[in-house]
Amino acid sequence: MRPLATLAVVLLASSPALAAEGMPQLDFKNPLTVAQVVWLAIIFFTLYLLLSRWALPQVATVLESRAATIGRDLEAARLAKAEADGAVAELTKATREAQAGAQASIASAVGAAKEAAATRAAALSATLDIQLDQAEQRIAAAREGALGALREVATETAHVVVSRLTGQPANDDAINHEVGVALAARAQA
Amino acid sequence: MAAEHTIDALGQFRLSPALGPLGASVNFSQSNLMMLISGAAILWLLWAGMRPRAIVPGRLQALAEIAYTGIHSMCTDQIGHEGKRFFPFIFTLFFFVLFGNLFGLLPFSFTYTSHIAVTFGLALMVIVLVTVVALRIHGLHFFSYFFPAGAPKLLAPLIIPVEIISYLSRPVSLSIRLFANMVAGHVMFEVFASFIVMLAGIGTIGVIAAIGPLALNVALMGFELLVAFLQAYVFAILTCIYLHDAVHLH
Repeated sequence: MRPLATLAVVLLASSPALAAEGMPQLDFKNPLTVAQVVWLAIIFFTLYLLLSRWALPQVATVLESRAATIGRDLEAARLAKAEADGAVAELTKATREAQAGAQASIASAVGAAKEAAATRAAALSATLDIQLDQAEQRIAAAREGALGALREVATETAHVVVSRLTGQPANDDAINHEVGVALAARAQA
Repeated sequence: MAAEHTIDALGQFRLSPALGPLGASVNFSQSNLMMLISGAAILWLLWAGMRPRAIVPGRLQALAEIAYTGIHSMCTDQIGHEGKRFFPFIFTLFFFVLFGNLFGLLPFSFTYTSHIAVTFGLALMVIVLVTVVALRIHGLHFFSYFFPAGAPKLLAPLIIPVEIISYLSRPVSLSIRLFANMVAGHVMFEVFASFIVMLAGIGTIGVIAAIGPLALNVALMGFELLVAFLQAYVFAILTCIYLHDAVHLH
């Protein structure tokens, strides 16, 4: 439809008979037709000057300032991010260091405690050994004493028993010998 | 009788003096008045839009910025780095044509882009600029443009006239494309609108039947809005392509 209409207009314009009275656009005898182009030149040139010198630079400055602002903000954001990253890294490092320090102090405290316990145990066992020795000595002495007393009691008992049975005092040497033999046999048993 | 109403499809393009006796004395037509209004609207859009100078733009500022960045990227995409120098010109050209097309769609207004004198004036300006730019950048080497490198020498008598004709036909095709599109659209508006009036003159059945051309005109308005943008874009992008050729020679 559109190309047909366009063709029709072109044919209309190119047909000289119609053009003479038909299309006002081709009526070049009308002074307004030519003056129109002169005014077109004046208006277009003025518009071009106003746009290129005044209106368009305004738009350009606004667009440039926006680009600058966005760039500045992005730069600031980038800096802030770098700062935050640095702070996080520092924090991580400090945490790791603190953990390592705590681990070390725990280890040293445990070591010291173990050492102290070991020395204490050693001292304790030493005193216990001494006490054990003393006790053993005491036991040995008591046993010695007890064995001495047994000989005396046995000898006296033997004297009494022999004198009662025989009616005469007993022979000391024989009794001492018999008691010694008996004691030796017991001690062996 | 209303049925004898004739279709005056071309009367809407007739020029008449504007701005009273003063305008008449300097042959200032309503077409030029619309040019002034369009120019003022473009300047107002940028002035009112950019007045807040906000970092986060409002609606009008966003519109002004899209207008700026859209044409700016068109220039740099099509022409390359050198396109920035021609950006104000392309911007002026695009919005002058676009606002001319759009304001022309308002009832009782005038479409200056429907005048071949205006579109050819614009196209001539473009082609003169392109040629001047090419001559300033490349000097006489510019004329090698009419004979592509690597073409057989034997074909030179054929290729060179063809290239020259195609170069010279650029302003013609550029101006007729815009002019014919705008005229066709407005003629169709007028024809369908006349149908409405003529049908309504018949009687009750005619009034009901008139809904047809009315609906067509409504649809046509949407189509013409598209054409208004499209033709302004085509005009601007072809100018960019010609400038690219002028800057880079193929």
